[in-house]
Formats: sequence, structure tokens, C-alpha cells
Amino acid sequence: MTNVESTEIEGISVTVNGAEVLARPGELLIDACERNGVYIPRFCYHPRMKPVGMCRMCLVEVDTGRGMGLQPSCMITCSPDMVVETESEVTKKAQDGVLEFLLINHPLDCPVCDKGGECPLQDQTMAYGPGESRFVEEKRHYEKPIAISDNVYLDRERCILCDRCTRFAKEVAGDPLIHFQGRGNGTEVNTFPDEPFSSYFAGNTVQICPVGALTAKPYRFQARPWDLEEVQSTATIDSVGSRITVQSSRNKVLRYLGVDVDSVNWGWLSDRERFSFEAFNHEDRLADPLVRPEASMGSAKRDQLVTAPWSTALRRCAKALQDVDPNRIGVIGGARLSNEAQYMWAKLVKGVLGSDNVDAQLGDGLPADLVLGLPRATIDRACAAGGTVVLVGPDPKEQLGALYLRLRHAVIEDGVQLIELTPHSTGLSRYATHSLHPRPGEAGALARALVGDSVVESDIAGVAAADVNAVAATLKAGGPVTVVLGRSSAAESEDAVVDAAVALSSLDDVAFLSALTRGNVHGALDMGLAPGRLPGRQPLATGSSFSTAWPTMPAEAGFDTHEILQAAADGRLDTLVLLAADPINDFPDADLARQALENTPTVIAVDLFLHESAAAADVVLAAAGPGEYAGSFTNLEGRISQLNQMVTPPGTARPDWILAAELAFQLGADLELESPEQVWAELADLAPIYADVSPAALEAAAVEGIVVEGTSLFEAPAPLEAVSNDQYALRLVTRRVMYDQGTVLAHSPSSAHLSPSPKVALHPTDFERLGVAEGSDVSVSSARGAITVSVLSDSGVPRGSAVMVSHLEDARPYELIDATAVVNDVRVEPVA
Amino acid sequence: MARLNAENLATANEILSRYPVKKSAMIPLLHLAQEQDGYVADDAMAHIAELCDVTPAEVVGTCSFYEMFKRHEVGTYLVNVCTNISCMLLGGEELLHRLEDKLGIKHGGTTEDKMFTLEDYECLAACTEAPCMQVNYRYFHRIELDEAEKVIDDLRSGARTDIPPHGTLGKVRQHIPTGRSAGIVPPEQANEAPVWLPAPTPEGEGS
Repeated sequence: MTNVESTEIEGISVTVNGAEVLARPGELLIDACERNGVYIPRFCYHPRMKPVGMCRMCLVEVDTGRGMGLQPSCMITCSPDMVVETESEVTKKAQDGVLEFLLINHPLDCPVCDKGGECPLQDQTMAYGPGESRFVEEKRHYEKPIAISDNVYLDRERCILCDRCTRFAKEVAGDPLIHFQGRGNGTEVNTFPDEPFSSYFAGNTVQICPVGALTAKPYRFQARPWDLEEVQSTATIDSVGSRITVQSSRNKVLRYLGVDVDSVNWGWLSDRERFSFEAFNHEDRLADPLVRPEASMGSAKRDQLVTAPWSTALRRCAKALQDVDPNRIGVIGGARLSNEAQYMWAKLVKGVLGSDNVDAQLGDGLPADLVLGLPRATIDRACAAGGTVVLVGPDPKEQLGALYLRLRHAVIEDGVQLIELTPHSTGLSRYATHSLHPRPGEAGALARALVGDSVVESDIAGVAAADVNAVAATLKAGGPVTVVLGRSSAAESEDAVVDAAVALSSLDDVAFLSALTRGNVHGALDMGLAPGRLPGRQPLATGSSFSTAWPTMPAEAGFDTHEILQAAADGRLDTLVLLAADPINDFPDADLARQALENTPTVIAVDLFLHESAAAADVVLAAAGPGEYAGSFTNLEGRISQLNQMVTPPGTARPDWILAAELAFQLGADLELESPEQVWAELADLAPIYADVSPAALEAAAVEGIVVEGTSLFEAPAPLEAVSNDQYALRLVTRRVMYDQGTVLAHSPSSAHLSPSPKVALHPTDFERLGVAEGSDVSVSSARGAITVSVLSDSGVPRGSAVMVSHLEDARPYELIDATAVVNDVRVEPVA
Repeated sequence: MARLNAENLATANEILSRYPVKKSAMIPLLHLAQEQDGYVADDAMAHIAELCDVTPAEVVGTCSFYEMFKRHEVGTYLVNVCTNISCMLLGGEELLHRLEDKLGIKHGGTTEDKMFTLEDYECLAACTEAPCMQVNYRYFHRIELDEAEKVIDDLRSGARTDIPPHGTLGKVRQHIPTGRSAGIVPPEQANEAPVWLPAPTPEGEGS
């Protein structure tokens, strides 16, 4: 205590097996040893969870001045002059004894156990355990396996009670639906009767189980670990870009595992990410291009799509694009593509065809200028202790699973304050300091009041004045603010979110973490797949390096998706290209999308599946999916990480970037790019922000990837006026959930049946006013149409709003939306 | 079988109000549920989970840890016979078998009229008084075979009313004088010493 000098040393000196090592202050002994090359065996300890000292496997001899004694190294922090023996006779005997105890009841069914070959218990028994068992008594028997959730199976007799899955459920996921039950020899992990472990993150427990007790249904009995080949890649189903290991056997992807990356997903995956590979193995994948016979074109009853050779399909595409007025071409989509493919398509459409009618977002995102113009934040910045996170966007728990886990951890463990400005409560509401739900369309007015200097005296946007003042005070208290900015409802115009973002950008020390959710949408924006944008976060307006390097350049900014569809519906387009886009299901005005596809002479779809929009196309090009090509991915922070190839695409399906090159060739042009390396070389030349990015640099950056910096200028529009409400109407709010019936999920057998039944959710006090009863069927109608669904009471929905989940087969709120309106009002009436 | 009824729900809310953290009330509420139904029903556990703001899995985790919370229906009278070493040497197993014959059930079973559940128990902590038996945790020391049968007969006929049904809680509620009550303070906010402790003397210059 009196030794002042000791506070100045950088590390704590600890003697491990006779050698001196430096531990960090507060570091656990087991970590300090591992960091210095001394591995201590363990089962229960996991670096991303709190230690519990359950398994006793990490017992080592420790002397802290009171003589040598056995202590669990996961429960003891390093202290000065600690002496540790990890390989002494006493330690070895303890480890041998612990393993013998663990194996009393653990079955020796390794030959039929999925974990065999990658099992910590198997491996550590070989390394540290007794050669043979002295026990002859009968072991425990349980019914096996029991399904503790739809995708996770539990073989209880294999469980060694390490507390990893139950700790994960409680500490990390916040869904403590599994728990130890019973006591002593009868202890088991189980759920409450008939209440399954239905966590969005349940699959992680399978990955961290140190024995074969928890197995995932999609992988059970599929392969042996020694038959698997693996490569690291990035999960592309949402925009978090979680790092994964892709494992395959016999040219089929069998499993994704999370990789522990400090700055992104910490090893965790949502089940949607984890099991999404199933969709890419699905038999409905397009294996060959499809073409609608030309003879029937233009007639009312068109022929079916038929399989065609690539040359025919590409010639048809070229014919539809050659010598067409650039303003009569539209391209929608591109968020599924890799960065390289996005660049190639941008170059093809903008630099060869000269059209700027390109939009990777489907009217459910935010303007590219806003996302690229605001100061960007990383996940680490948002989660840093002492900060404040303002959520203006979709529910991270439903849409950005890995980000939800990081934010939840930041709030609970690091004291980050969370303030929600969302149209309804989210999965993070229970952790939020303040949860404000402004009326749809009025988030901007609320945000202006929050950052303003004056004290508010009346309600703003339906939020009580006291709450507004409390949040305003919190925001002004200082500390970095990170706004998680996205579009939560497609029934509310993007202008409302822009309005809020502009107001919040006036705070001191504020940065924005984009919460656009669609796969590689941030790559698409960075690569210029948006009207008025060029690659490298450059606006089209300025005379950029691309205008000299590319053969041609659009004269002026083009249409966004809504304008493209409107033009197509009006017959003002000749050719519409759907780059992995399904506007009929994804665009928040299904009618307009249908008309657009009908009224365009040639529709070209590039996709993995023949979804509703692709089925209406005239040429369908079969594309390669995730794991079937090499490239890179840009996540919501702007972090670029590698995508690697593990398997070959089905049939003759080809990577998107090759399709762009082939099409250019058919058009008599040459993109002069033959590999992802060449794309990056060209980008490094033309776009300053990519000067340091190359496949070699990405390889060197390994799991962390490279965060690209740089923002462009953003001109704030004028504040939005509040829209008055028809007093009999409710404001429509749409939301997406983890398991909806989007194309990929509908093709994943593990997830397809998990989607909720369609409902409209209202605040409990709205029922009486509307004369409807909870659980009854109601008609939800707007000027566009009406749908019948059952009604649900939810106190997380503010009064006067009606919340519907989109992307469900049976009830499509997008049929009700007028995409030009700032807000959409609906009537909810009992069905006669 | 059932969630807490209106009367017990009122008691439950009163119990909940005694704790700064709702979860702390879980065990008293489990006792209450057991008093209501004679055992802790799944529905009651789900109800307690709602009241304590935890998941039902956490409630079942706690409930199943304690042997005296029964999660399956038991008879009005739970008869525990010790067959641990002292009792075994002095006739515990004979006692158990005699009661099995008497009740017409195997140990672990419940009679058809739901009056008696018989259990083969580990040590009842009365080795000096072997053989030993409990009915709803009331001790019968050095009990003879015929005496045990008589206890059963008397309970069945209603001649003996001193043993309340299984699950019944003591009716004398704990009472702490206000002056000595610590009040309801969450642990992280308790910065003063509890009232029943004398105030600590200020630290001196060292001894």
C-alpha cells in the first residue's frame, strides 16, 4: 500500500513454471498464462463470459505468499509475485482426478457423437486425463435427445454441467430460458416444461458447449470434423458483417461458426446468420439462366421462362441494353453483391451505359448522401464506456443480432446510456435509460427539442414534456454520443429519419453508426450503387477521377428506386435490371412494383432464387451465392472484410462480377477488370479512401478487416412539417422481425417455420375507441387496400399507432403503403 | 395445477413489497404456491415468474433445487420413513415395508384417495431416536410398527387433527419492530450500517 513505485509498473510480475511473465492489472491467471504460451485446460471458462469456477479443470498450484495450494486459475486475478505451477505433480494429479470425476457419468459414445474429433473433453482427457476408467458402475441415462428449441438438441447424459450455455443465455443473450434443474447427481440443464429455449441466439450454445451435449439440428450427423474443410469469411445476411468460419464437406457447406473478433461480433452469431447457409444449399437455387421465349414478348399471355445457354441469355440482355437512351434504363438492387461485383456493376451501368438510375436500396433505406455524409462511428465507439447511444432505427434484436449483443453488453456491463427514439418498443427497451416513441413522421421535431436549449413545456410528437427534458439533459451532460441510425418503418418516409439525423448531428461529439440492414448495402453505397454517387464515397456532381477513367459518365443524377419504379410503371423505361432485388415483396408499394415489372419491355433479374419479381422477368441470370466466390464485404461501420470461396456454385451459376464483365463484353465494351485484385488496384488509383485497401492488405488485417474512413458533404434539407392525423385513423408502422419470410429465410428449413403469424399490434387503450376486441380479426385498410389480420394488444406500441410485421406471406402491409407520403394512416375496424 | 388464486395473489404482492429486488421473493412465493395446491404446480411457477420478473426456467431452477418443494402432486399427508444407517439397524426398513402394506402403495407412491404419499428418506437427523418417521415433517421418534399404523388410521379417520395438510405454512408472521427494521433498500444503495448494528467507531491512527 505504501509502495508508490509499484503503481508505475506496466504489468504484474508472476512466476509461471519458473519463468517470469507480465500480467495485465486485473487479468485472470488463466488468461495471463495463455497469453504467455502456457495453456491451462478448462471447460467452463470462456473469455467472453464471467468466470464461475464450475468445472475445476483449471486447478493449478498457486502460491500467493501463504504456500502452494490448488486454486482454479479462472477465478483468481494475478497479483504481484504470485508463483504458479501448471505442470507440477500436484497439479497433474488434480487435473487427472477432475477428469476422472467428469467421466463418471459422461458416456463414452464418442464414435457416435457429433462432437467427437473436436471435443474439448475428448482432447483434454487424452492430454491430461487418466488412461483408463476405474469405474464399473452404471452411468446416468436420460431420454435422448430432447429438443430444447427448434434447432438445438440436448443429450443430457453427455452434459458436464459447465454452465456455459446457461451463462450465455442469461449473461450474453438475456434470454435465461434454460437453467440448471435438480441438485447433486441429478442436476441437469433443461427448459421450463413446454417453454423452449426460443432465443434468437440459441445456436451459440452449441458452438461453446465443450462436450456433445448440445447439437444443432442442421449439422447433426452430417459430417465428422476431420472430413470438414474450412475457410474464414463474413456473414452476409445482415449488415453487421459477423466474422465466420465456413465449413464444408464434399462441396456442400454444412456449418457456420462464429469467429471471435474484438471489434465486431465477439464470436457470437444470431441463429439467422448461423443457419443461413441452408438457403444457399437449397434445391430451388437457380443453376442456369432462364429466358422467356422472344416470340411471346409483348403479348398479353407470355410464355414460361425456359432454361437457356449463357450465350443466349447474355445476348438477350445486351440487346435490351445496347443503344438504349441511358435515361430509359433502371437498375434496382445490388446489396447482396460483394464490393467487387458492386464496383463492376456500377462501372457497367454508370461508366459504360451512362445511366444513373441505380439504387441498391428498395425504398426501405436512407438516402446515400445522408449515410455517407454524416460522421461515421464504429461499433466499438458506440459501446465504449461512458458514452451514450441514441437508437433511431430498427430493432437491433430483430434485424442486427450481433450488434444487439454488443449494445446490450455495453449497457449492462460498461454503463453506456441508451436512449431510444423509435416508433415502438424494441428488444433493447428494457435496458434503455429512456425509451421515447415519437409519432411516426415526427421524430425530427422530437430530436430538435432534445438538442435545443430551451426547456420544453408541452408534449412533442406525442412524448411527454418531462421525458423530453430529461433526455435533453442526459444528452447535454457530455460524453460521446453515438446515434444508431436506420429506417425502422417503411410506412414512414425516409425524410422523417433524415430530419431527426440532421437535428442530432448538431450535438457535440456525435457520430453515426448506420443501421441499414440489407446485407452489403454499405458496400453498395460506397461503390456508387445509388443515384448521384460514384465509388469511393464520391458524389457524381464533382469532376472526379472516375469521369476520365471510365468510358462515359451520366450527365446528371438519376432516379432512386421509387422514381425508377414509377418511370417503369408509366412506360418510361425500356430495360429494368433487378440485381438480386425482389421489389414486389421488398418495395413498400407492392402495386407500383407489379405495374413497373409489367410495363417494362425487358426485365433482367440477376438472382439466386426465382422469387416473385424474378419470375416476372424476361431474362434471369443465375448468380453465385455466399461461399461460392471470393471478394469482400463492407459492414455498417464501413469495415471491409474478406469473403472467401468454399464451394462451387450450383450448375453454371456465375459470380455477379463475372456477369458484369460478360455483359460489358457483349455490349462491345471492356471493363478491363479480370479479378477482384484488379478491381482494388483500379479503386486504389481512383478513390483516395481506398488507397490502402487491397486483397493482400485484407489478408494481412485478418479477422479485423479494414475500416474505411472518409465522409462526403451532406446538405441538410429543410425541417419537416408535422402531418395532422385523421382522428379515426391510426398511424401505420411496419417492422421486420428476425424470422420473416424473406427469400433467404424462406429457403432455410431451420428458420422457415419460425416466422410469426401476422398480427396488427395496438396500444391497449386504443381497443375501446376502435370497438375491436383483442385476438379478434380486424380489417386494416388504407386508400390502397385492406387486409384482414388478428389484433394484438401491446403496451410497447404508442397510442394511435398500428404496428404490423412486414415480409410475412399472409398479410402484406406493403400493400397499404403509399411510398410518396410522409406517413401512412390506416383504419382498423372489426370485420363484419 | 393452478396459478395463485386471488387471495394468495394479494398475499404474494404483500410478500413482494418486502423486498427491494423482486426476485428475492421467489422462495416465499414458492412456499405460498405449495400451500395453495399441496405442491408447486407448473402454472404456479409460471405465475411466480411473472410476479418476480424472471423467466419460468429460473423459477423451476430454484424450485427443483429444494427437496421440500414438491413439483408433482402429493397426498395430504407426506410420510417420510428414514432408512439411513441408524434407522436401518433399528428397523427402519421393516417400518417402511409395514407402511407399504398398510397403504397398499410402494414408497414414492400416493394412495388413490390422495391422502398419503410414502417416501423412503435419507437421514432425518434424529439418529438417536431411530427408527424415525415424519408426517408432513412432524417427527415420530422411536416409533413402533403398530404405533405407525395407528397414526395412519387416526389421520385417515380424522381422529387426529394436529397435523395440517402438506404445504401449510406457519401462521405466525415474522414481525420486526420498526426501530430495528432495515427497511427496503436495494443492496447497492445500502450505504449505511444496518440499524441493528452499533455504529462503528471511527478509525483510529492504527494499532
